[in-house]
Amino acid sequence: MSGKIWAVIITLATVVLVVGGTLWPVESAVSLAGGRSLLRTSSTPQAAVENLGDLIRLRHWGAAYSSLGNKAEFTQSDFVRDLTGYYESLRTSATLSSFDVRPLHATADEATIRMRLHWSTVVGPFVKSRDLKVVKSGGRWKVDWPLVKKPVVPPQVIPVNYLRWDVIYRGPGDDWGAQNVESPHVRVVDMHPVQRAEGVVVLGELLNEDVVPAHVSVTATLQNKNGEAIATEDSFDKICPTLLPKQVTPFLINFPGATLSDVGSIHLNPIASLVSASADPVIQIDNQKLNPPPDASVTGQLVNESGEVVNIAHVLTTFYNKTGQLVWVADEYIDRALLPQTPVPFQIHIPEDLARQISSERTVTATYVVGGRA
Amino acid sequence: MRLGLLLILGGLVAATPQLTLAQSPSIRMPQSVEAGAAFSIQSTGSGKAVLYFVGPGQMIRRDVNLGETIDIAAGVLTAAGNYIVVLAGKSSAEQGQLFVAPANGPAHLSFLARPSRLPVNLRNGISGAVYVFDAYHNLITKPKTVSFQLTPASGATQQRKATTSNGAAWTQMDSTSREGDDKFVAQVEGVSSKRIVQQVPGDPCGLQMSAKPAGDQIEVTTAPVRDCSGNAVPDGTIVTFTEDYNGVQSTVDVPLKRDIATIKMPAHDGARISVASGIVMGNELHWGR
Repeated sequence: MSGKIWAVIITLATVVLVVGGTLWPVESAVSLAGGRSLLRTSSTPQAAVENLGDLIRLRHWGAAYSSLGNKAEFTQSDFVRDLTGYYESLRTSATLSSFDVRPLHATADEATIRMRLHWSTVVGPFVKSRDLKVVKSGGRWKVDWPLVKKPVVPPQVIPVNYLRWDVIYRGPGDDWGAQNVESPHVRVVDMHPVQRAEGVVVLGELLNEDVVPAHVSVTATLQNKNGEAIATEDSFDKICPTLLPKQVTPFLINFPGATLSDVGSIHLNPIASLVSASADPVIQIDNQKLNPPPDASVTGQLVNESGEVVNIAHVLTTFYNKTGQLVWVADEYIDRALLPQTPVPFQIHIPEDLARQISSERTVTATYVVGGRA
Repeated sequence: MRLGLLLILGGLVAATPQLTLAQSPSIRMPQSVEAGAAFSIQSTGSGKAVLYFVGPGQMIRRDVNLGETIDIAAGVLTAAGNYIVVLAGKSSAEQGQLFVAPANGPAHLSFLARPSRLPVNLRNGISGAVYVFDAYHNLITKPKTVSFQLTPASGATQQRKATTSNGAAWTQMDSTSREGDDKFVAQVEGVSSKRIVQQVPGDPCGLQMSAKPAGDQIEVTTAPVRDCSGNAVPDGTIVTFTEDYNGVQSTVDVPLKRDIATIKMPAHDGARISVASGIVMGNELHWGR
């Protein structure tokens, strides 16, 4: 077929699609273009919650706030910051990709509905649930938003003598043979491969045995029984990237599609480079509890013992069996900022098939402070 | 341009036997000289000619009068190696070989000391390798005796001697029991090079903590943390406190500050509190009951 015929076909198809889209537009497109609303009539509790979810997803904060039944209890700004975070955190740049609703309880005038909000962030998705009370008022259902108030930190002085390492590397003009700053010495102290449905997972623990901080990652190579490399992957973010002296981090390396029975040996290559770092903030992990199946998890609270706000916290847990052998490593990012002395809960889920093997755990945190230390 | 000159010289060298037969100008020169040394070349014949030295790292052109003694001053031919010497007259050329040996006296040392930081009490933990060069940075391949000396911040100096082989010598030293900066010196015939090797404390040893009430919490504090040789473990080293109570656990990684680590933890009657640093365990406390 000649090029001219193709050009005519493509032009005609484009015209048909444009005309079709104009005459019969998709509802969400109309809404985004500022046309008629996507919203349904709030004639049922579920519809009222779905309408609110749509408005939050579209970030139509004014309309979402106006639709609330208890808006007199807080300002629109409070409502927005409850959803996007009072301080810069993962929530600040998160977008609501979808939500689902599930009725928990209903009467003629009142209902309770659980809304699961699926947020998208730079470190992956996370899901948060809110149990919403929905009240019938004047023939329409309105949602009472359960506002989580801004945590108040009592006025206090927290003495902190900041400890920090700075590094001066050798300059370009130094003679050949002159010394550079020695890279930190790190060591893999534990390693265990596991076969999962999605492939092989290499778990382990890495120790900084030096007296200086290290920026670390681990690369693993699976080799077959002939010693030939099958695949190479690294720990990416499944590790505490900055290890202070004598600190231990778990790591997890995924090999999608690999089969453990094909593996003859595993070559681990821990990589450490010297970085400037701070010894603060200190994060205490309180009330850690292993919750048995079903829905096995480890729960606890992070308490920022320092005086500055931690914007992002990454929690990594190592799970062991009765004999102290490594069984699994799991992690979770905390979507809210950690204020000084203010507990923030976390929950890390454990695969059901491994949960019964687990008898103890060890949890560590990595922290990030916007524009500063950590 | 250099390539062009080399091609021309190559052509001259190839044509040399015929030219030599035609006019027979000749040169007499030493078979080898020391890098940078002065020497003379005696030429025969008459008229003007050009003298070329073509070596691995150097090329020299000199206009000469045939029949005179050609003096090469000190410091002119400095790069060690085999040279082709060509005396090119108007219609003939003479070729010879000259070996320029490295100067006998060392002038520079390249001293590689590894690592620059290591724990105390490590046998053969420090290695030093030396390459000996003359004043013109030629590797001296004749055997030379190298003296290595490691002087710690406190304690006895360690000394080793090694003879170079093909210009290089190496040794190993032990790190001592005290932390501090060691001076690691390599010396050959009065020429020396110094490196600093930092000895740092080893793993904590005999890690001990105590606990006391602090309001509705427990304040746990380590004793000053030392390694097995009594060196203070550096500030910033992580000490992990773990509190177990009734199946619930609290943990915190605390950096040492001024030799100790201290933190407040939840107070639970009957709680078990343990302390560790890296892979070293400390003591264990039972709170209350």
